Amino acid sequence: MNPTRKRRLIIVLLVIAAAAVAVGLTVFALQRNMNYLFTPSQVEAGKAHAYSTFRLGGMVKAGSIKRSDDSLKVQFTVVDASGAMPVVYTGILPDLFRANQSVITTGHMDGNHFVATQVLAKHDETYMPKELKDAMAQAHAGKHIDESAMPEKTP
Amino acid sequence: MTPELGQLALILAMLLAMAQAVLPLVGAWRGNRALMATARPAAAGQAVFVALAFLILVWAFLHFDFSVRYVADNSNLELPWYYRIAAVWGAHEGSLLLWILILNVWTIALAIFSRNLPEAFAARVLGVLGLISVGFLSFTIFTSDPFGRLLPMPMNGADLNPVLQDPGMTFHPPMLYMGYVGFSVAFAFSIAALLGGSMEQAWVRQARPWTNAAWGFLTCGIVAGSWWAYAELGWGGWWFWDPVENASFMPWLVGAALIHAQAITEKRGSLRAWTILLSIFAFSLSLLGTFLVRSGVLTSVHAFASDPRRGVYILVFLAIVVGGSLLLYALRAPKVMGGKPFAVFSRETALLIGNLMFAVAAAMVLLGTLFPLIGDALHLGKISVGPPYFGLLFPLLMTPVVLLLPMGPYLRWGKGDGGLLKGMLIRCAIAAVACAIVAAFFVDGSLKAIVGVAAAVWVGAGVLLYVIKRWREMPHGRRYPAEMAGMLFAHFGVAVFLIGVLLSESLSVSRDVRMAPGDVQTIGSYQFRFDGIKQTTGPNWHAEQASVTVTHDGKLLSVMHPQKRTYPHDQVQTESAVDAGITRDLYVALGEPMDAGNLHGAWALRVYYKPFVRWIWGGGLLMMLGGFVAACDRRFRVKRTATETAVTTAPSPNTRLAGEAQA
Repeated sequence: MNPTRKRRLIIVLLVIAAAAVAVGLTVFALQRNMNYLFTPSQVEAGKAHAYSTFRLGGMVKAGSIKRSDDSLKVQFTVVDASGAMPVVYTGILPDLFRANQSVITTGHMDGNHFVATQVLAKHDETYMPKELKDAMAQAHAGKHIDESAMPEKTP
Repeated sequence: MTPELGQLALILAMLLAMAQAVLPLVGAWRGNRALMATARPAAAGQAVFVALAFLILVWAFLHFDFSVRYVADNSNLELPWYYRIAAVWGAHEGSLLLWILILNVWTIALAIFSRNLPEAFAARVLGVLGLISVGFLSFTIFTSDPFGRLLPMPMNGADLNPVLQDPGMTFHPPMLYMGYVGFSVAFAFSIAALLGGSMEQAWVRQARPWTNAAWGFLTCGIVAGSWWAYAELGWGGWWFWDPVENASFMPWLVGAALIHAQAITEKRGSLRAWTILLSIFAFSLSLLGTFLVRSGVLTSVHAFASDPRRGVYILVFLAIVVGGSLLLYALRAPKVMGGKPFAVFSRETALLIGNLMFAVAAAMVLLGTLFPLIGDALHLGKISVGPPYFGLLFPLLMTPVVLLLPMGPYLRWGKGDGGLLKGMLIRCAIAAVACAIVAAFFVDGSLKAIVGVAAAVWVGAGVLLYVIKRWREMPHGRRYPAEMAGMLFAHFGVAVFLIGVLLSESLSVSRDVRMAPGDVQTIGSYQFRFDGIKQTTGPNWHAEQASVTVTHDGKLLSVMHPQKRTYPHDQVQTESAVDAGITRDLYVALGEPMDAGNLHGAWALRVYYKPFVRWIWGGGLLMMLGGFVAACDRRFRVKRTATETAVTTAPSPNTRLAGEAQA
């Protein structure tokens, strides 16, 4: 093998090794950091069982928001058309967090309630995140979803 | 009547854009000089009509013409005039119009400054820009007409989203678009070179200032967006790996690679195909960025409700641009390759490694951003990719870049000089280790902070050593030409940025607390006392405003006034208060009242102590400055003599065009 070819071979091998490391790391990082979105009825059906951390999405049930007297702890119930899940969160809620609005919370199950580490409400107060709308539609294929729970984007 | 004139102007602009696209390209192909000469007048005419349409939309906003649906949707009688102008690009239709306007500004600038280019090449470049313009104008006219009427005319409009009512937001989109669109110039140069079948180093030299300036604007836009997120969203973070941030970050990464690749190609003639490929990717990612943000395919802060026709148009347009240019690349790239060989140990190799890292980082961000879409398409469920994915991979990919960065200027083109490099590396390493040891006493053993100091000193010392070297060795007046100065500014910006990121990430203290009036929170040596709430009003909002008194070691430092604003239509917006400093920011955001009925009781507050956070944007601004300064270099504008071109030009198969280049 002449020196030029040898050098090229080394370069090609190095590039392949680097690419393998990059792909391996990427797959590892993706697997660790993928979060699935479920609605309360999907969680009740046991679909979220396999995931330690996941996102729970739905509407905040009217009248369910309860604040603690001495800390930032807050409890509320996230509902979809047929399921309900109590959520506990400690911290400041986003500006657009209100009853009858859609939220997406990230966290884990603790017994029969969900402990959220992050609560997101969308910036446009009449806007339902598309993925949440899809997930809710999927969870109740064929069922009628209460109009007030599905606000449409209106001018 | 006026809005219809706006629409008419857009249609005329599109006809002229078609002329600008087709005639010069046909002319360059057939060698017809009359057809080639149509490029500049067509571009000028198009720019006039686009500017007219844009001004008519601005006029409609300033005069509350709510019979125009777009105006009624995005402004109302209470909105102050400056935010009514910003509202022009506050939503999908208007921001597309802004994109087109900026494309025309760049095209006109190019038409003026491209007199040095050979006629056929300039005609092709302007023709490609015309094609892009046709794509965007037809998208606007057929799917997103900003001048659509709303009948009956409402008495008052809806509101501009309150998160957009901030000075940062006024500058953020235009700057970002200047960057996105600026990459269209490098793209047009590359496509023109592929079409013509040859690529002169002199042309790459002419393309460089455009890329540098575009990258500078993009940097500015990203910095403005990051600052806005910090000050306005009330979360105190500066980067969230949000899909829309990623959309602007991918072209930035590829643009940074492109700047360096163009330098190699211009100076040495090597890596032509790679430079062309990067410019195709930079522009494609800019297009993807524009569309990702505005089409609503990704759920995000910035996304607007979408219309399925738009999605289909976008997909087709992207497929034509990306697919078409890559096909052309596959067919023609072998014809334009060439250049000088280089050793493994050389400046070319160092730049190439940096280039690869930037490209891989962009691919990594692209994968993470599009993965939810892929997962959705393959029915894997509703997935999101969390920030830790990016937070793990990005620093890993950038580590080699940071390590290599100070070496670049010390390595020679072609074959590096080991002795020179060794001396410099030893000094940088000693400086970095020494500063890291000193820093270790101040940061409570936080490894991230120590690494941050070491990395920043490594880069900063390397840049400063080179500044001193040039000062000693070069004669007065030739020490720091603009291109060199730009490089030094941008690289020093990296050092400043590293300090900001790693120190603020590792040493920040953030607390969400419940405070009744009179309560005190202590963070480090700072005491925050909550002094209660009072009502206040602005031009189109009313707010609860808190008073937070900050003392430092018992001395009064400042009184901060975070607000919770309520806009018409009950939109609520947190307005955080920031006490800025060079070594630290104090940041207070108002949460909600613990008891909704009692505003004068306890509130939730978010209190931050953020050391060196300002250095993040400072570093970004230095990088931006570097891009602009480098773009000003006279060398890029001076026409080279024919003999010099002949010497530096690699043999070109297309002798007719090469001959023209020297003519």
